[in-house]
Amino acid sequence: MGTMVSFDVRDPGVPRQAIERAVAHLHDVDRRFSPYKEDSEVSRLMRGQLRFEDASADVLWIMGLCDELARLTDGYFDARRFRPDGLPDPTGVVKGWAVEEAAFILLDEGATNFLVNGGGDIVTRGSPVPGSEERWRIGIQHPTERDKIAVVLAVRDSAVATSGTYERGEHVVDPHTGLPATELVSLTVVGSSLTYADAFATAAFAMGRKGVEWLANLPDVEAFAITSDDLTISTEGLPRA
Amino acid sequence: MIPKRGAIALFFTIAGLALLLSFKTPTTPTTMLTFSETAAPTSGSGGAVAAADATTAAGAASAAASTSSTSSTATQASTTSGSGTYTGTAVQTRYGTVQVQITVESGKITNVQMLAYPSDNPHSSQISQYALPTLISETLQAQNAQISAVSGATFTSQGYLSSLQSALDQVA
Repeated sequence: MGTMVSFDVRDPGVPRQAIERAVAHLHDVDRRFSPYKEDSEVSRLMRGQLRFEDASADVLWIMGLCDELARLTDGYFDARRFRPDGLPDPTGVVKGWAVEEAAFILLDEGATNFLVNGGGDIVTRGSPVPGSEERWRIGIQHPTERDKIAVVLAVRDSAVATSGTYERGEHVVDPHTGLPATELVSLTVVGSSLTYADAFATAAFAMGRKGVEWLANLPDVEAFAITSDDLTISTEGLPRA
Repeated sequence: MIPKRGAIALFFTIAGLALLLSFKTPTTPTTMLTFSETAAPTSGSGGAVAAADATTAAGAASAAASTSSTSSTATQASTTSGSGTYTGTAVQTRYGTVQVQITVESGKITNVQMLAYPSDNPHSSQISQYALPTLISETLQAQNAQISAVSGATFTSQGYLSSLQSALDQVA
């Protein structure tokens, strides 16, 4: 995936194998899903070298999820936009999903207080101080001042995903117009599922300022957006520190 | 850089199709803010994993994988014609289960059905019919603060990743 993933586990006594299992899962996802790997299942599916019924269950699940997300977001999450042959390109949702699965592995291994950060896609569980009411403090990166943050969120048992304009000039494109989405420079979604937070952040970013309204109407989801003219728009229930 | 002054917090509601049920008074304006040009960077240059007894860090998933199959409860209809119904793994989220079932005909997905989806909660959708989505608009601020992690769109930068890795190496 080319993504840095870090694990911050605060429970004493969680076996090292918990992290190792989570890391192995991430490598496995990379092997099966990466479009940059010629022999990944996704690459082979997209080239027609692998039949759907021979793909692994996760890959099928993600393909189906992409279709469902397109419906939920009225086409703003569009895994097909670069695929003239109509096959979905699932990579927009795979990172969030893979990190969420890694978090479930830690839970399965008995960890209850941890933070997993996959390149800015974050899952939190419990507290940084186990047994206390303290919340994980997460900073949303300031778009122009690299050593600063724009806002601090305080969360527990929540996922945080941020979509935006990347340093190397890649743009999130509005699938309905084909043009780069320029109203926002950053959009953060806080919700219970990182898979959906990741996908919703991508879709809402493509909608521009309207994306924050759309997110405000979704249950159990909060949002924070930075516009290209230095304003922030956030939902009322955003869990600020 | 020209300092920006006179930040005002605006508090506005977006009208949907629902009736206005409550009126909120605006918050007091925020104080003047300036963009600092000389503040020292926070530790870890904008992102750091807080040190803890059990903290470990994982590198980028680019090396060859030691294969480990994730457990899956998916079922698959056996077929010889390339068509069938496939049920994906049931994923547990805090608010419920997410599970997708797809129908494939001649190698194409022809139907997707959500067997379970967490927002499929009649109480939630009832609430959103009557509540206005309230949004808050403010001028962008910049802060230093003690944090455990950073979420941001610029994380794909290789330079950032290298820097963060070197910071993480020091923590371990």
